[in-house]
Amino acid sequence: MLPTDPTKKISFTRCIKEGDLVIVYERHDCMKAVKVCQNSAFQNRFGAFKHSDWIGKPFGSMVFSNKGGFVYLLAPTPELWTLVLSHRTQILYIADISFVIMYLELVPGCLVLESGTGSGSLTTSLARAVAPTGHVYTFDFHEQRAASAREDFERTGVSSFVTVGVRDIQGQGFPDEFSGLADSIFLDLPQPWLAIPSAKKMLKQDGILCSFSPCIEQVQRSCESLRLNFTDIRTFEILLRTYEIRQWRADCGQGTGGGSAGSIRHKRKQHLIEGSGEKENPNNSTVMARPNGEARGHTGYLTFARLKCLS
Amino acid sequence: TLKIGNKNCSLQPLIGCPFGSLFQVDNGKEGPNLSRVIPSTEDDVQEKEDAQISGEFRDNRAIVDDNKAQCLSGEDIDEMRRQGATGEEIVEALIANSATFEKKTSFSQEKYKLKKQKKYAPKVLLRRPFARSICEAYFKKNPARIGFLRVDMLSLLLSMGNVAANSDVLVVDMAGGLLTGAVAERLGGTGYVCNTCIGDSLYPMDIVRIFNFSNEICKSIVRASVSDVTSQSETSEQSDQLESACNMEIQSNEQKSSSVSMEDISLSSENGVSDLILEANHSPVNKISKSHKVGEKASQETLKLWKENGFSSMIVVAPELDPWSFVKDLLPLLSYSAPFAIYHQYLQPLATCMHSLQVRKMAIGLQISEPWLREYQVLPSRTHPCMQMSGCGGYILSGTRTATNASSQQ
Repeated sequence: MLPTDPTKKISFTRCIKEGDLVIVYERHDCMKAVKVCQNSAFQNRFGAFKHSDWIGKPFGSMVFSNKGGFVYLLAPTPELWTLVLSHRTQILYIADISFVIMYLELVPGCLVLESGTGSGSLTTSLARAVAPTGHVYTFDFHEQRAASAREDFERTGVSSFVTVGVRDIQGQGFPDEFSGLADSIFLDLPQPWLAIPSAKKMLKQDGILCSFSPCIEQVQRSCESLRLNFTDIRTFEILLRTYEIRQWRADCGQGTGGGSAGSIRHKRKQHLIEGSGEKENPNNSTVMARPNGEARGHTGYLTFARLKCLS
Repeated sequence: TLKIGNKNCSLQPLIGCPFGSLFQVDNGKEGPNLSRVIPSTEDDVQEKEDAQISGEFRDNRAIVDDNKAQCLSGEDIDEMRRQGATGEEIVEALIANSATFEKKTSFSQEKYKLKKQKKYAPKVLLRRPFARSICEAYFKKNPARIGFLRVDMLSLLLSMGNVAANSDVLVVDMAGGLLTGAVAERLGGTGYVCNTCIGDSLYPMDIVRIFNFSNEICKSIVRASVSDVTSQSETSEQSDQLESACNMEIQSNEQKSSSVSMEDISLSSENGVSDLILEANHSPVNKISKSHKVGEKASQETLKLWKENGFSSMIVVAPELDPWSFVKDLLPLLSYSAPFAIYHQYLQPLATCMHSLQVRKMAIGLQISEPWLREYQVLPSRTHPCMQMSGCGGYILSGTRTATNASSQQ
């Protein structure tokens, strides 16, 4: 998934090979991750797609089923992975993920500690941010989920930058071996204030911590605990509002008489032009946008803090 | 020097101190100066908070706002300063001489004290320049210079643009160099960020200087015109013009950095401490003597590489231009299945761009999004969203380039 391996980097010359992970794109809201295998086939409502047809084609290609239906094959990215991965827990989405990475000031070479791993949605993006010289150490107290996460990181090709540990961070804190080495720490725990004293020991000078909590009471308790050794404590909420577009075509009807008393009837046709090949008629059509009716109201509060400089 | 409030302070005491250090403005003999402060670990914070939560019986029914509550005059305060009173002492004096202070609730007292501290004993926090802080500073003080790019929007552009080490990212940056710098920061010195310009004139990249990049990262920031990246020939008139323009810009940047120039962009945060972002070196030497070779013209070798492999992704911040007018020429430069993200302050140009891309099947997974960001004040019994909020962070059109021929229609 990451371009650090030059043989895997996407380019005009890079074609789909056996063993590659592809994202099968049916529609904007219907995608699936599939591992390419010479003798396998992918089934959906458009028909059956032979993997052997895929091998040798570039990523981004349109491929056809035995019934003439089609899908696109995309190269995996952390953003696409977040949308297709299997949810073992509630995950973080792109709005929170991108903000966290910016505010934790992550760049290649950083060492990040994370708990809990959950389904590995954020972890994959953390890996991208710190590769190839940095590393993500992520912990979850659920052994099976930790194992599933490890499998996913292998599948997506980020496992050289992520180490999954089974550990109860709330109860035991982070391992001592990381003391004073972490550039940033991310916490997504039910009681993060229990992990904050340990986080303080792990962080480098001027290191940054982030805690994600769905409930405001959790945020309040975390901030109380942070005030002792942290400064610049800020809490945010971030959401993404999506828009849909539509093309309007105005077809004018005939006016009556000379126009003094008559009214001109307009017939307006609305056409939804998602993916169709209709030609544009720039003279009497406009594209309009409006927010989507369905919207996410809340994910969680993000609290950031910097370690106080006491020397 | 730096202007804090209405006084000028020398920045000399800052040099040699680690990032994250806290400073206070003191009244010295030669005038106000900055001195290092080691913050307490606030063991008494818990007690104060407990006291606040239990039993707050006061209210403001008897407090009349007639500007007569404070007994000390401006002249009294100046006299105290002349006698060498510290900022803290002045604040204590103001509290002692306020007729209404005791009547206020403890929350109101705390707010009053912070307000006076900010004016008479301001604190300054030294911060390392990073995309996040630079973006926030400009968004607050001079947003027009960065195309009103808010920090959450910038972070989305970097994620949706799949910026990672070893990528070759094509950018159109009309945000003064903020986007270019943010991408380069995430590349960490590997790969390239190609700053391309639509038309003849170069877009300014001054803000890249503030990031204080190492030479390695500077080398990854290059310029190329659209014709350079698309043309087959070795040289072209436009590319020669571009080369001389690039060289002129590099020379003037070097001249700027060799003098002691400090950009003072200060923010004030909720707790009364101003954040200071400096273009400062770790070494105690005042002069910045390294060469910033940022924005050199892309070499023929690099251009060839990009033509063979394509760019890994594209990010566009061109709030004054119509996106479709140039995206249709730039998209074919991206590798197949490469993601892109286009920012605009207005919705309509992105809607028409999205429609055009859909109709021509040039991209899929197209999505127009608008980020919404709200900050919270979290204090015991006083937790609520902040009163002020940014109304609009702009819109973003994201998608993935398909492998179908750009000109075909089905």
